[in-house]
Amino acid sequence: MRRRLPPSLLIGGALVALVVVVALLSLVWTPADPYNVVVPDRFQGTSLRHLLGTDQFGRDELSRIMAAARNTLEVGIVTIVIAFVIGVPVGALAAYYRGPLEEVAMRGADVLLAFPAILLAMLFAAVFRPSTLTAMAAIGIAFVPVFARVVRGAGLQVMEMDYVTAARTFGSRGWWILIRHLLPNVSSVLIVQATIAFAVAILAEAALSYLGLGTPPPAASWGRMLSESQNYLYQAPLLALWPGIAIALSVLGFNLLGDGLRDLLDPKLVERLPAPG
Amino acid sequence: MAEALRVEDLRVRVGGVEAVRGVSFELEAGSRTGLIGESGSGKTLTALALMGLLPEGLSATGGVLYAGRDLLALSDDELCELRGDRLAMVFQEPMTALNPVMRIGDQVAEPLTVHRGLRHRQALAAATELLDRVRIPDPAEKMRSYPHQLSGGQRQRAMIAMAMACSPDLLVADEPTTALDVTVQAQILRLLDELVDEHGATMLLITHDLPVVASTCDRVLVMYGGRIVETGSVGEVFDRPRHPYTQALLDAIPPLDREVEGRHLRAIPGAVPGLGQFPPGCPFRNRCPKADQRCAEMPPLAVVGDHPTACWHPVGSDR
Repeated sequence: MRRRLPPSLLIGGALVALVVVVALLSLVWTPADPYNVVVPDRFQGTSLRHLLGTDQFGRDELSRIMAAARNTLEVGIVTIVIAFVIGVPVGALAAYYRGPLEEVAMRGADVLLAFPAILLAMLFAAVFRPSTLTAMAAIGIAFVPVFARVVRGAGLQVMEMDYVTAARTFGSRGWWILIRHLLPNVSSVLIVQATIAFAVAILAEAALSYLGLGTPPPAASWGRMLSESQNYLYQAPLLALWPGIAIALSVLGFNLLGDGLRDLLDPKLVERLPAPG
Repeated sequence: MAEALRVEDLRVRVGGVEAVRGVSFELEAGSRTGLIGESGSGKTLTALALMGLLPEGLSATGGVLYAGRDLLALSDDELCELRGDRLAMVFQEPMTALNPVMRIGDQVAEPLTVHRGLRHRQALAAATELLDRVRIPDPAEKMRSYPHQLSGGQRQRAMIAMAMACSPDLLVADEPTTALDVTVQAQILRLLDELVDEHGATMLLITHDLPVVASTCDRVLVMYGGRIVETGSVGEVFDRPRHPYTQALLDAIPPLDREVEGRHLRAIPGAVPGLGQFPPGCPFRNRCPKADQRCAEMPPLAVVGDHPTACWHPVGSDR
């Protein structure tokens, strides 16, 4: 029973795989040390020694792009984990218990949604020092209501299904129904939401770093590299291009992957083979 | 005969309206009782109320006595212990009553894990036997299948296997064959019949299909407008219906053995009124050919001839 995979899934998957491979590779090998400052070598153009040239401190641009890929993935994963761990249980419980619990949870989500992530990031940066961690926490918390709502919405639908009533007639208790019936049936929606959120998280981290609210120097981050290159736009315009391309490709990759997964997992769009027998 | 379940003055409110309006009956242990009526007559709500599974916002009053306990007064935990173990239910739609993302085997094993405390492995082995018992071909392979890979009949068999897993005392089957092909219907009914016999269970079969009741059950309850309007043995009710509604239902069955030439299919005039729009008094009086002034008052369920019926002007009497 093979289906044709949607092209967006293949392209998105390839782009995401590229980012992951580069990030993993940077753990063991980069063309040069991404943190090695060689002042005489600053603003070198592309050459065989520095494939993407060097930045204002003479650091190898390609190595920094690679190191930043790791940072980007970390940010994406940690924010999604934060949003998942808080948002999914809240949404699932709201869908299951309804009533006042649902009201409180969903109004809470509304309030959180009203806060821009940037404001949250500034708050964290003011209270603690700005770091990748504060950025991740801010973006993660900003995603909590998104996940809570998605799970609640899909969960409400699941709770109306006969198999939930059927599970009750077989004596299954609440938490069991939550884990065995509600969560597995909303998982496809969750997977899609997570990939899309991943793309948004990458963009948000780049934006926060660009504003100086995210990854502090000298650590490599695409957003920070972009913002720093701005000062030297006339001397070395390509320095803005590389992190820009990296951000664009990875965001595009995760978005396409999300779209592709939705096409693949959405039963309404899938032609099912007729049941045998 | 001992009674397996006694329902006393069961009432279910939907919003401000009573949808089940004082239903009382008892099920003898080991009997098969058919609960018949049109859509909207309150049969499914009655069944859900018995199981303590009324949807959010609905509540039942009255009494549902099982083994000396009032099910309506039990806590959720106590009900969970009974449901699936002593009380089981089979649903109308086998397409939606199975979880689409769980393997058949895991689902059939679920009641056994919940109630019998079996380990996963033992439960799976027992589930395979159950699937074999309900005559699903190649049970070992079907255990690993997902619901959409099974046919409608096989899914309903799997549901029945789940319901009978713990050998319940009472099986409520809510239109178990309505969604199935006619050819499969008979097989499913025969299977239910066999299993109920085998486990010495009591069955309440809810349906609007009269021949199904005639072939499977020994007692009948006829419901209309949230009340029981006639009850008795299958022979009594089907051969000598007393309530005009029962009479009309029986007349509406197209006769297959006679020429229907020049004859229209008979229908009951009018439609079942919406919830809360039943006339006061006898709920059937706006569709009943015999209705008069007296019917403005609700007739009690009283024995006419050989069985009880709730009508001021029973069929075949001069009243």
